[in-house]
Amino acid sequence: MTAYDVDPGDRVHPGDPVIVDRYTRAARANHWITAASLVLLALSGLALFAPSLYFLTALFGGGETTREIHPWIGVVLFLSFLGLFLRFWKANLWKAEDGTWLARLRDVLTAHEERLPDVGKYNAGQKVVFWSMSILIIVLIASGVLSWDQYFYQYTSVEQKRIAILVHDVAAIIIICVWIIHVYAAIWLRGTIGAMTRGQVTGGWAWRHHRKWLRELVSGRS
Amino acid sequence: MANFEFVLPPAPTKNVPPSYGEQDLIRRSSSTVPPPGRQLTEVAKLIDVSKCIGCKACQAACLEWNDVRIPVGENVGVYDNPPDLTPNMFTVMRFTEWVNPQTQNLEWLIRKDGCMHCADPGCLKACPAPGAIVQYSNGIVDFDHEKCIGCGYCVKGCPFNIPRISRTEAQPKAYKCTLCSDRVAVGQGPACAKACPTHAIVFGTKDEMKKHAAERVQDLKSRGFANAGLYDPTGVGGTHVMYVLHHADQPELYAGLPKDPKISPLVELWKGAGKVVGLAAIVAFAAIGVVHHMVMGANRVSREDEERAKNLIKGQSA
Repeated sequence: MTAYDVDPGDRVHPGDPVIVDRYTRAARANHWITAASLVLLALSGLALFAPSLYFLTALFGGGETTREIHPWIGVVLFLSFLGLFLRFWKANLWKAEDGTWLARLRDVLTAHEERLPDVGKYNAGQKVVFWSMSILIIVLIASGVLSWDQYFYQYTSVEQKRIAILVHDVAAIIIICVWIIHVYAAIWLRGTIGAMTRGQVTGGWAWRHHRKWLRELVSGRS
Repeated sequence: MANFEFVLPPAPTKNVPPSYGEQDLIRRSSSTVPPPGRQLTEVAKLIDVSKCIGCKACQAACLEWNDVRIPVGENVGVYDNPPDLTPNMFTVMRFTEWVNPQTQNLEWLIRKDGCMHCADPGCLKACPAPGAIVQYSNGIVDFDHEKCIGCGYCVKGCPFNIPRISRTEAQPKAYKCTLCSDRVAVGQGPACAKACPTHAIVFGTKDEMKKHAAERVQDLKSRGFANAGLYDPTGVGGTHVMYVLHHADQPELYAGLPKDPKISPLVELWKGAGKVVGLAAIVAFAAIGVVHHMVMGANRVSREDEERAKNLIKGQSA
């Protein structure tokens, strides 16, 4: 048996506390390459987006190198996220309980876990983040290539480039906001960050936040 | 001939200090400037299309003064040479053959294309690099290549499609006509105006040029060009390069000169409201996070949760 949201490598280790393997070493490396790329892209992009943040170009060796390096980091992010997508898409498929979970967002934010349905490896919030990131990264790479004048100048008109830049900006702002949600959730829900650093969470964390997934793991244990 | 009243002064024979500089900036890309202590007289170049013979002396003078060269061109079937503006060729004569439906005359419309030095410059608005594009109170819009980062946003900002990006240098840089700001600063006019054999290009104060244009328009009207007029588009706040057109009602005839040029609303949105709303959204999301954490405190896994997990496993193995 494997449930849709149980990945190879997800495993329960009895003990006190119970330890649950959540992310493999490869998945974590993949995540952190993506994370670093996204942060660098946000910093270099914001530097060229807002005059008040132009000073951030100093982090990249000045305005010219910022302009030069930003699209290349974008390529790294795209490929890296593609890896994450292939790893995580199945466990992020929308399920019946996700609608209920999302409808009770108030309970989520007020920490009334007891009023929420049991969810699998990812809750509806994480799934929304995952699919938003997926769509936004496609929009960003597409609009980014169209405004990458160094190599693609001749393929579009000036008007098309104006549209591409505006779309790129809007998508970038949204993805930064989604990223803030993602990071905040990881901070607020203590015990979460370990999943991406050590690859493990405690059984209590899994019980509290991803009970369905924990049950699947436990019942799948031979 | 009234045309010769705008003959430019002879070149100075001794060093003349520039009559304006940094202190006369009224706009600076992605940054602010202190209000200048004085207002320079606005200057303008007037290009009388009806007097242009298409000799390209202006192009040659432009290359000469700016000390750049363009490669020997290829015949692309029209007189335009080079066929478009380039990072080295800041002005290009654009030739249009047009049959006037009213007179059945073939009219050869020759427009000297180049930077219009807009009062409201889209290039400057779009530029992300502080100080890479500046505007002096005499109306000249200039690029500072030391500060230019070669991003090409000026190309998107320009309603006339003028700046060109050089990609042959170590780093790309944007180039366009400077209205010979360096010459103007020492009392000279632009090189193109100096070279123009028919005085189709004249240079002076904007008021003088408008007055001169009015005389030219009147003359053209008296010779049957009922729609002759001055091209000084208000959509960009007026320009410091203006045209006298025989068919001012149809500027598009002149190799697509825009009828009502404006900075694209997409650029206005991106550089205007977009920036404010975008940054506000990011700050708001971060602030909501901080407030939520202050109100709710950390969401910790309880001892009970851990016990339940242990029991779950026990129950399974029992």
